Amino acid sequence: MHELGIIVHITKTLQSVAEENHLTEIASVTLEVGEVSAIVPDYLTDCWQYYRKKIPLIEHAEMNIEVMPAITFCQSCEKTYPTVDYGRQCPHCGSWETWLVTGDECNIREIEAQ
Amino acid sequence: MYKVYEIKKRVFEDNDREADKMRGELRANRTFLMNLMSSPGSGKTTTLKRTIEALKDEMRIGVMEADIDSAVDADAISETGVKVIQLHTGGMCHLDADMTRQGLEEMGTEDIDLAILENVGNLVCPAEFDTGAVKNVMILSVPEGDDKPLKYPLMFQVSHCLLINKTDALSCFDFDFRACEERVHRLNPEMKIIPISAKTGEGMEEWYDWLREQVREWNSGK
Ligand SMILES: Nc1nc2c(ncn2[C@@H]2O[C@H](COP(=O)(O)OP(=O)(O)OP(=O)(O)O)[C@@H](O)[C@H]2O)c(=O)[nH]1
Ligand SMILES: [Mg+2]
Ligand SMILES: [Zn+2]
Repeated sequence: MHELGIIVHITKTLQSVAEENHLTEIASVTLEVGEVSAIVPDYLTDCWQYYRKKIPLIEHAEMNIEVMPAITFCQSCEKTYPTVDYGRQCPHCGSWETWLVTGDECNIREIEAQ
Repeated sequence: MYKVYEIKKRVFEDNDREADKMRGELRANRTFLMNLMSSPGSGKTTTLKRTIEALKDEMRIGVMEADIDSAVDADAISETGVKVIQLHTGGMCHLDADMTRQGLEEMGTEDIDLAILENVGNLVCPAEFDTGAVKNVMILSVPEGDDKPLKYPLMFQVSHCLLINKTDALSCFDFDFRACEERVHRLNPEMKIIPISAKTGEGMEEWYDWLREQVREWNSGK
């Protein structure tokens, strides 16, 4: 499972953050997940529910997911448009010279901990 | 009392750093690591077997197999006589840099010029995790269809070479090479595309040449 692998990586990062800051208990984790990141938020939370039970540091931590909209920029007409609706081709001018500005991220934004 | 800590970190950051570090070590060791990815059944093991037979007399090859729960592929590869080890993904759908490092350590890279990783059959997950490979090679087979670049763009973006396999079966499928090539190059203009049949051997020479050149360049340390 793809989402489980991501949870394992998140947990590793949290463990090193906890060590640096002498934290023993994390109450919540907030992620930023892009609309076109190929990550399904529901699966991610399911995996989290399952995996956190194994690690005392995050045993009671809630996972909050903020979905980040995907926006593409067109090099030809210099306008932006919502990626999910139009894909790689610019709806303003038909150009394929476009690149994703935001929407593929998977970041840990913040945690609440003590 | 709980306090808020700002982290602001990409989830893949640690893995990417680990992968870069590994590439540095591979370079120092003069070992080329190739990561082979595709959907299940596209022909990774068949292509590897043939490739190993063709190249094993000119370079020292080692293979890491990443089946989720069997050793079938490792057994098939070991028939060629090269070093092969089975990696343990713990039920995971991909390999990350840590797991690849463990594999390389188990295999030993001192006497290996070309290390090959057969990744888990899957077009989504392996693309997101940099394994530390020098080059990513992917296989798309004719029966899967020419629309795959549209459905799994990331895999096509992170790969350096695309083998379009099972060309011997072209007559049974409406696979449009031109359309596929156009889609792929739109996502990744640098992609080397080579049509092959791992069954009949058609097109394989071009593939061997590409791989030889990559290994030679990397291992020359320039
Ligand atoms: N017709 C034809 N069949 C092929 C070709 N290459 C592989 N096959 C067949 O496709 C099937 C799967 O091939 P494998 O090499 O096992 O594929 P794989 O990608 O290693 O599969 P997994 O490791 O299970 O993901 C086998 O039955 C092969 O004989 C080809 O070029 N032409
Ligand atoms: Mg295989
Ligand atoms: Zn435009």
